[in-house]
Amino acid sequence: MNQRSSNLLDEALGLDQVIEPWPLRGRVVAIEDQVETSGSFVLHHLLKRSLSPNSSNVTIFIAFSQPFSHYDRILRKLGCNLVSQRDNSRFFFFDMLKLQCPDGDEGITPEGGLIALYGKIHKTISALPEISWKNVSIIIDDLSLMEVAANGSSDYVLDFLHYCRTLTSEFDCSLITLNHEDIYSSEDRPTFFIQMEYLADILIKAEPLATGLATDVHGQLTVSNKGRNKVSNFHFKVKENVVECFYPGRS
Amino acid sequence: MAAAKTRTSTFSRNLSTAPPSHGPGLKCGPNGTVFLSSGIPDLDKILGGGFPLGSLVMVMEDAEAPHHMLLLRNFMAQGLVLGQHLLYSSPARDPRGFLGTLPSPAASKDDKSRERDPDQEKGLRIAWQYKKYFGENQLDGQRDGKHEYSNEFDLRKPLERHFINGPRIDCVSIQDSDLSTLRDRCATFLSQFPRNDGSISCAGRIAIQSFCAPQCAYSNMEWDMLSFIRSLKSMVRSSNSVAIVTFPPSLLSPSFCKRWQHMADTLLSVKAIQDEDKELAQLLTGYQDMVGFLNVHKVARINTQVPVILEATTFSIKLQKRRYLVLECLNQAPVDGSSGTSYGTSGGCSSSSKTGNLDF
Repeated sequence: MNQRSSNLLDEALGLDQVIEPWPLRGRVVAIEDQVETSGSFVLHHLLKRSLSPNSSNVTIFIAFSQPFSHYDRILRKLGCNLVSQRDNSRFFFFDMLKLQCPDGDEGITPEGGLIALYGKIHKTISALPEISWKNVSIIIDDLSLMEVAANGSSDYVLDFLHYCRTLTSEFDCSLITLNHEDIYSSEDRPTFFIQMEYLADILIKAEPLATGLATDVHGQLTVSNKGRNKVSNFHFKVKENVVECFYPGRS
Repeated sequence: MAAAKTRTSTFSRNLSTAPPSHGPGLKCGPNGTVFLSSGIPDLDKILGGGFPLGSLVMVMEDAEAPHHMLLLRNFMAQGLVLGQHLLYSSPARDPRGFLGTLPSPAASKDDKSRERDPDQEKGLRIAWQYKKYFGENQLDGQRDGKHEYSNEFDLRKPLERHFINGPRIDCVSIQDSDLSTLRDRCATFLSQFPRNDGSISCAGRIAIQSFCAPQCAYSNMEWDMLSFIRSLKSMVRSSNSVAIVTFPPSLLSPSFCKRWQHMADTLLSVKAIQDEDKELAQLLTGYQDMVGFLNVHKVARINTQVPVILEATTFSIKLQKRRYLVLECLNQAPVDGSSGTSYGTSGGCSSSSKTGNLDF
């Protein structure tokens, strides 16, 4: 039952049939959540899938919100050891918790800030053997903090994301981002947010239930897959070792 | 009492084998976290043990009432009583003056339980009695484990001077210092408690009151404030301390208010209640003792992905005998759906208020 139900998310993402070659290659995945319902579990799930033992995926994780120990503990409970994956060069962790881009025009220098970060990503990918380029996922947790690190210059962050997107076409790797939807809902025309949604091939929204908090159902996920032109909606319950997904009323 | 003792002895033995011993006022939590007390035993219980070390707690203030001060006072006093270091910052010109208003711990537990017993026999609220016994057993347990975790505070008795005058307290006025000064002060303060895997001997507490108050020179620099909070969070994460920041959300633009909320590990909000809200008085039992509501929006989840779902998210803040701060679940009289709207006024943006708005 667990095995089957957790496949609902995988199914929507196209991860259920084959894991090799990586089904998300060349795609941009945007995850959006809210204060009440965190969507970080989707990141963890995707990280776990991409590091699964029967694939040769490489993941570059850009962490703005949590330290390594946090992800390590969570992924260990999901059955994936990040430390050993890091030693095997399948997992690259960039700790950006303290990154602060210099103010004003000085920020746009190759030495500091996001340009340097992009350089690091590019270098990491090109250093990999050519056959694994297709199987690289870049995960960013999360974009709103990246904006803060860039002193509120969303254009700068957007530039960075465009650059990362060119990586998806250059190397055929995938880009997975997390952002918070409710931050932008009060703005008139949130350019940053709209552009990000436009860039995304797959959009995953985590929302609380309209009826409030419940212990059995932690929220609902809406996955819109632009490539397959398909929208799926289901409820989820997050557990330490698995995310249970089920259709409404089937918990 | 005896039963409690035996229970704790087995508990402490398990503890001593697994994690290293901790200093006073610290307690092991799930997922390798260590809790420190908020200074309000009820709040600790609601949050599943207290505030985990390395977490950022944000409290949304009520624009009209200083209820966030109640939380801050207890949080600070608890730290001082346990000998923990404290950094306090407020928009007042002389933040140190606020320390004079900190409450003192209620008389030691044995005395208190003796004192209270006759009261309780007189009292009519049986449910409260049980609650108290339960709480005290737990507290005793901690004491048998050789260190205290939390105290109950008597809001009418000021904290003894020797606690306040110690060298462990640092005060910053954010009225005349800019954000980089405040950041440096926090960084030097937190450097005393670096995180390593060994035992934790001492923990620090940072309390920042009304962070975006208009008195501060930077109050219109929203991105700078946000980046201060972000750097505070990352500094706190890598140290053995807890930072609590209160802010009036009405002063921030809605989108920044959401950003701040996302920043928080534990997110609380306080609301005052109007003196003569007759509609509400009919709805809730024990209305006359209430001073306000506390909403729990988010509970810290460090090292885990499972969200904490509380049975209730709105609690009433009561002053018991005008001395002790107590949090209670709302006991609602059975009502028809139409009165659900008045909940919306009390609940703010919590999900509990959403359920209240539904008409079944």
